Amino acid sequence: MRTDVRKINEKTPHHQLTEGLMIFAGGTSKSFNTGEWRTNTPIYHPEKCKQCLLCTPVCPDSSIPVRDGKRLDFDMDHCKGCGICANVCPFDAIEMKEGNV
Amino acid sequence: MSDFSLKTMMNKPERLAPGHRMCAGCGATIAVRAVLRALREEDHAVIGNATGCLEVSSFMYPYTSWEDSYIHNAFENAGATLSGVETAYKVLKKRGTIPAEDTFKFITFGGDGGTYDIGFQSLSGAMERGHDMVYVCYDNGAYMNTGIQRSSATPMYADTTTTPVGKESAGKMQNRKDLASIIADHDVPYVAQTTLTQNFKDLHKKAEKSIYTEGAAFLNIMAPCPRGWRYETAEIMDICKLAVETCYWPLFEVDHGKWLLSYEPKKKLPIEEFLRKQGRFKHLFKPGNEDLLQEFQEEVDRRWEDLLFKCSRER
Amino acid sequence: MAIKERMSGNEAVSYAIRQINPDVMPAFPITPSTEIPQMVSTYIANGEMDTEFIPVESEHSSMSATIGAEAAGARSLTATSSAGLALMWEELLLAASNRLPLVMALVNRTLSGPININCDHSDGMGARDTGWIQIYAENNQEAYDNFIQAYPIAEDERVHLPVMICQDGFITSHAVENMELLEDEKVREFVGEYEPEEYLLNPGKPIAVGPYSVSNYAMEAKKNQEIALENSKEVILEVAEKFKEMAGREYGLFEEYRTEDAEYLMLIMGSAAGTAKDAVDHLRDAGKKVGVVKLRVFRPFPARELAEALKECKAVAIMDRCESYNGNGGPLGSEVTSALFRNKVMIETVNYIYGLAGRDFTVGDACGIFSDLEEMMVNGKEIEQYQYIRLRK
Repeated sequence: MRTDVRKINEKTPHHQLTEGLMIFAGGTSKSFNTGEWRTNTPIYHPEKCKQCLLCTPVCPDSSIPVRDGKRLDFDMDHCKGCGICANVCPFDAIEMKEGNV
Repeated sequence: MSDFSLKTMMNKPERLAPGHRMCAGCGATIAVRAVLRALREEDHAVIGNATGCLEVSSFMYPYTSWEDSYIHNAFENAGATLSGVETAYKVLKKRGTIPAEDTFKFITFGGDGGTYDIGFQSLSGAMERGHDMVYVCYDNGAYMNTGIQRSSATPMYADTTTTPVGKESAGKMQNRKDLASIIADHDVPYVAQTTLTQNFKDLHKKAEKSIYTEGAAFLNIMAPCPRGWRYETAEIMDICKLAVETCYWPLFEVDHGKWLLSYEPKKKLPIEEFLRKQGRFKHLFKPGNEDLLQEFQEEVDRRWEDLLFKCSRER
Repeated sequence: MAIKERMSGNEAVSYAIRQINPDVMPAFPITPSTEIPQMVSTYIANGEMDTEFIPVESEHSSMSATIGAEAAGARSLTATSSAGLALMWEELLLAASNRLPLVMALVNRTLSGPININCDHSDGMGARDTGWIQIYAENNQEAYDNFIQAYPIAEDERVHLPVMICQDGFITSHAVENMELLEDEKVREFVGEYEPEEYLLNPGKPIAVGPYSVSNYAMEAKKNQEIALENSKEVILEVAEKFKEMAGREYGLFEEYRTEDAEYLMLIMGSAAGTAKDAVDHLRDAGKKVGVVKLRVFRPFPARELAEALKECKAVAIMDRCESYNGNGGPLGSEVTSALFRNKVMIETVNYIYGLAGRDFTVGDACGIFSDLEEMMVNGKEIEQYQYIRLRK
């Protein structure tokens, strides 16, 4: 049986946990929000962006989605605000703002 | 091997899901994403993982960040564990349990603790037996998961929590172990050393070669840890660049026994450029410690010359 | 038709492995189990089976690779002894907590130090709380029969736990005895195909094995594992019943030998049970009411069943081929007395430590122990409650 991660939480009785605590699914962490951790927030300025995509591989949190060869706005549910993307952008298309915006 | 285009690579479906608990700015997951992008979309994979930051953060029950099958066993046995998985694949293929059209690739990740140190024997055994798998070390130069203790990958004079700088101590006393060379001496088909570079072409090409070369392969990726190295999280790409430009972390590969330099800086930068950005080397810049810096530089030069020699030999 | 053959215990287990033809076997040599990987490798080299053998560089890696292979969906096993098992310790716990139905042939040998290659149960007993099912054999026939029953027990969906099939080093593993083998087809039919529901190599259906778990889940997971171990008791008996139908040989959680009206019992495990039975035969001829309870399944521990079997006797000698260094007796001594107490069976017990590191245990020793029990009960002789047999004083 495939694991429905929404049915497992810290109140689940023991017999409803998965055998050996295995997870029968991939990528279930998407439902865990790490965006709350941010102390700084990247702001994307699409008008300045040349779609060079240099910001996309440097994200430790897979939080710059790419579709059809173009980057989209940040995945704020997961971005931790490390600022690496802003640092590598040659066109100032990413601006770091203090706080969790 | 495919032609590299950042656009093509970044368009591939992400195989490391967000929502893991690695620190903001972690180098390890940047490296992992880059390795996984080298997998062909149609290929399945089983990912192994030694205990460490990556493991406790990427599979915290019930949340797995891995889109592919994943196994963490213990700290010291990622090599052996994946060699069991790879052998299972061989036999299940042979016996027809896995359909002929399905291809699996095997990649295991370990930090330098799980790879250079506690898992060294297990890695050596797996490499020597020649399992068709890639062992990827994300080398951040200390036991970061337990709180920045020295490892055999820690550079000399680094300030760690078990080699603290003090009145009687200038940090770690020993040079780092050159693991890529040691694994190359196992005579495996492919070994490479790389790190995060601007367009990730070097890492990508090496990951692709290691995954798609038949037999055992080893990839050593320098993956800075902002917490342990003490630099601003945003600066990771500058740090990696300086590691390469100072020849502290040379990029090379050993392809079927042939040593190849992947990049030679036009002008080798002094090691201070790399060290100065990191809090763990702050004490080296205090007056009176010039000889320590000099010694560090000499060690970098010695290793660089040695590498140039290996790469110049005809095979 | 059963096949009459003469074999050593290691040969018998290797023969069973060939018949089962599992998928993957990683192993590292250690006396006295070395012959098993040698014999399996020879079967493979001669094309008599097609298991993938991994010649790993240590026992730690053999258990690690066995775990990897089993999680990947392959029926897997390994073999070891003594220090090899000790080196695997962390991995033994993981095999069980990851609920992997793999199998190990353990050839019991003492643990260091001093280093010594002979039999006692300190290796198996050292692993008694790792979550494995442990089944001990008296002789070659039992080692063979137990091995054939291992996968059906481990792979049962009520269980999903690893199984250790134990035999005594040298005494059983190297001594050649007459035995009956089963036909290949019968064994294959009995063991069946391994068809896990979820496994790493299931294309398009990824799984994740071996998580970090916060306290909110870890305790529940441990309880689930304990329930599986409890469940295994009925599965072991069901498999034994099926085995009896096929092979005609009967197995339970333990064997009761001439116990019906016995006043004095000896509770013992492994090859020395044969010695104890011989002593009982002699003493019965002399009119003594004595018997043997031979424990086959040590994990799960059949506490209630043992208490029931012992309750009518006057005194029981609990025989440990292992020192547990708790200052109070051996592991069987602790577990059996606890079983008796909890089931309100208040009989006399004496815990004897015997046969450490290959020390002989003879029919005369067993007769002496029965006589001690009788002296204690009839004449009120003082008997040390925890003592060594054949120790030079």
